[in-house]
Amino acid sequence: MPVPGDNLLEVENLRVSFGTEHGTAKVLDGVNLNIRPSEIMGLVGESGCGKSTLANAILGILADNARHQSGSIRFAGKDLLAMAQRRVESEVRGRSITFIPQDPFGSFNPLFPIGTQAMEVMKWKSPRRVAREKPGIAGLFSRYPRARRRADAAAVLQMLRTVQIARPEAAFGKLPHELSGGQRQRLMIALALLPQPQLVIADEPTTALDATIQMQILKLLKRLAKEREVSVLFTTHDLGIAYEICDRITVLYAGQEVETAPVDDFFRRPHHPYTVRLLESLPQPGRELREIGGQIPVLVDPPAGCRFHPRCSRATEQCRAERPAVTALGGGHHVRCYHPITGTGHP
Amino acid sequence: MTAAPDILRKLLRDPAAAAGLAIVLLLVAVALLAPLLATHPEAVWDMNPHQRLLPPSEAYLFGTDRMGADIYSRVLFGARITLTIAMVAVGAALLIGVPIGLVSGWRQSWLGETLMRVSDIFLAVPQIILAIAIAQTLGPSIENVILALSATYWPWFTRLVHAEVRSLKNETFIEAAIALGVPAWRIILLHVLPNVTSPIIVRTSIGMGFTILTASALGFLGLGAPPPAPEWGRMISDSREFLPEAWWYALAPGLAIFVVVMGFNLLGDGLRDILDPRIRRAGTGR
Amino acid sequence: MRIVALILRRVAWLVPTLAGLVAIVFFISRVIPADPVALLAGETASRAQIELLRQQLGLDRPLIVQLLGYYRQLLSGDLGTSLFTTRPVWDDLSARLPATIELTVAAMIVAVVLGIPLGVIAALHRNRFLDHLLRVFTVAGLAIASFWLALLLQLFFAMDLRWFPLQARITGFPPPSLTGFYVVDALLEGNVARLGNVLAHLALPAITLALPALATIVRFTRAGVLETLQKSFVMYQRAMGIPAGLIVWKYVLRNSLISTVTQIGLLFGILLAGAVVIETVFQWPGIGGYAFEAILHSDYAAVMGFTIYAGVVFGIANLLVDIGHAVLDPRQAAP
Repeated sequence: MPVPGDNLLEVENLRVSFGTEHGTAKVLDGVNLNIRPSEIMGLVGESGCGKSTLANAILGILADNARHQSGSIRFAGKDLLAMAQRRVESEVRGRSITFIPQDPFGSFNPLFPIGTQAMEVMKWKSPRRVAREKPGIAGLFSRYPRARRRADAAAVLQMLRTVQIARPEAAFGKLPHELSGGQRQRLMIALALLPQPQLVIADEPTTALDATIQMQILKLLKRLAKEREVSVLFTTHDLGIAYEICDRITVLYAGQEVETAPVDDFFRRPHHPYTVRLLESLPQPGRELREIGGQIPVLVDPPAGCRFHPRCSRATEQCRAERPAVTALGGGHHVRCYHPITGTGHP
Repeated sequence: MTAAPDILRKLLRDPAAAAGLAIVLLLVAVALLAPLLATHPEAVWDMNPHQRLLPPSEAYLFGTDRMGADIYSRVLFGARITLTIAMVAVGAALLIGVPIGLVSGWRQSWLGETLMRVSDIFLAVPQIILAIAIAQTLGPSIENVILALSATYWPWFTRLVHAEVRSLKNETFIEAAIALGVPAWRIILLHVLPNVTSPIIVRTSIGMGFTILTASALGFLGLGAPPPAPEWGRMISDSREFLPEAWWYALAPGLAIFVVVMGFNLLGDGLRDILDPRIRRAGTGR
Repeated sequence: MRIVALILRRVAWLVPTLAGLVAIVFFISRVIPADPVALLAGETASRAQIELLRQQLGLDRPLIVQLLGYYRQLLSGDLGTSLFTTRPVWDDLSARLPATIELTVAAMIVAVVLGIPLGVIAALHRNRFLDHLLRVFTVAGLAIASFWLALLLQLFFAMDLRWFPLQARITGFPPPSLTGFYVVDALLEGNVARLGNVLAHLALPAITLALPALATIVRFTRAGVLETLQKSFVMYQRAMGIPAGLIVWKYVLRNSLISTVTQIGLLFGILLAGAVVIETVFQWPGIGGYAFEAILHSDYAAVMGFTIYAGVVFGIANLLVDIGHAVLDPRQAAP
């Protein structure tokens, strides 16, 4: 049982803004997020709530017009925002933190065989890579020692079998468009696990897949993550998926995290009004669809205080004035609300 | 389609495009006001053997040429020739090319296919080569240069319009109009044409620049207006035998060409950014 | 197999296009205001003599018949006889073609080797100083009249500084002719001095010719790289910590090159067009210079022959480019 406070990833009060032609969009407004070792954390929210921005911020690959304003991102004890970019690029990205993208098709270069692209990842991120291998000039003109290359290739093939890609040797020479969507995403999972990371960030990894194979891929990811004791930060807008594979869920609304809870608690006893409405909006047989009234705020000019207050029936002056602090409800359940809903929620 | 004052405002916000516009307007002004701006308007066409090949001085801003004429004044008058050639040639190419493009793009018929074939033929060699053939056959004169250039530039308009019309035909509002029984000519005139205006405008501006370069190249090769017309290309060609001593001789006309073409290119780029930003900012200068 | 189909398809397109070009050229040449037969016959010829000559030359027959005759003549490789050199135009041009090819290839190399990296740099520094600088450079490069630039370079580098020779392909005797390309021949000969001589003569013309092509390549590469940088696979590689330089120069470049190569066909047009004036200024003995001399001497037959010749050369060059494009992009199903 992990000791509380012994978090693998600690995002504290992270604020990120982007300069746009319409003004500065304050995308993340003081977000807190904690992930423990071997934990699958679901990050749930509507489109535009900042899930991808948070993932990018952790990886350190925000767009050029981004500005950190405050906060910290501590990973395995080290503050990533304070670390030199070069170190983040070589030691953290693709190594201790890996990535599974939303679009498995576009995320492969269409002109190179997937074997080449996989081995490129291994060349730089294989656990067998040692410090004395020189990176060359900006990555060019560097050598790939033959012995390691062979070991890496074997590891890749083994992992391809593990993710259930048939005939992995043949797959090596194929171009991305020659594989199916499901195969490509399995490949992505393989590439995310080969460097033996501590954290995998999966950004809506099944959104682009057929519904029939979504569950397969998710179950595979969950199984492998648990086996290897790898944490996963799993962003999604689909609560059903979150229920299936996450250990804990954090809800993000317009750049503010509003509730965090272990998965059962989350579905049985939601406290934040937004969470409740989200759960209510899930389709149910015999009941017409319920939607959450209003619209997500414009981030260039967001509401003050708690950003959900314009759409919340329980909002008061206090909510408009200042964002609520974290209230610990016990058992790892936290909420940020002045007027949380107590009692049982909805199934 | 944004209105003209809107376009102008956006244009002025882009420094490069604004500079281009300024240059083009300057060219027009110079062409119109040449007699007033020239320091030696009378010397443009006459011979002054005592003043030949003088270096730049206060009296002769860019020196004198082999006839003793003031190069600066000749360049100013040459602007008239340049502007005339460019406007008429590109205008004619437009008037020929756009209708052909409309016809061939609208309906898949043998006529359309043939017309596209014909335009392909004109594109089978680089423009200047065919223009040389035409201009040389007809004899050196401004009219023949204009003829040669318009005869070789119209395919660019045709291709452009053809492609636009083809893609427009797939738009739902056009399909709706056809289904409603609106006659073809009305659709083309009222719905298609306004939508192809933007790429045509961009192409026209860039075409002006390119036409000026080709026209001056023809002048350089001896196919343009015969002497003593102050055509810029011909002036550069004349300077060759007096190099390196008369180093100033080719300077003014060459600079004039450079500035003017630059102006049209910048303006064209700016217009392209405003009117159709989805076209990649790559252009070939043609 | 796909390549063969591509070639056949392009040739099938090329033939009627060239035939059309020939027809146009033919009709142009028959529009001469002055009577060419009278010119040929000379000033003292009588009316009857002129008519006789016209009959002998077959110029009294209907135009269409003459056109067909012209086609037959062309198919036998006869582009007419130069009025000036009195040799077959085909022979004249073929003798001078290697010089133009050498110049054009040299210019293409300069344009590509410099242009692509500059385009990438412009894209990487988007909207910052280097990008703006390069933009000014490319706009200027496309606005300069090449013959003027040629003169300026001659004036400055050849006449003033004397770093480069003024004109021609070589000073002294050319290397033993194996390929007709002086650079290659000098290399094969192993004569370093001659090689240096040839390269020095090649430098100024090639650079002048290359400039508009260079500007175009920079612009297209910049646009292609910017577009590719938006793609998801770039983001994925960044997220996985692949070194940034590698992402750009190995992966992004390869994807952007597709669009650049597509433009090389267009570039050949620019280069061929530029060759006419550049060869004139530098006295380069290629087909462009030949055209200029033909103009100078009112050698109608030579100019017409040149036009058709240029059409063939241009068509073949484009065909080669299309093949290269199909090879580079393995996804190319049909053009």
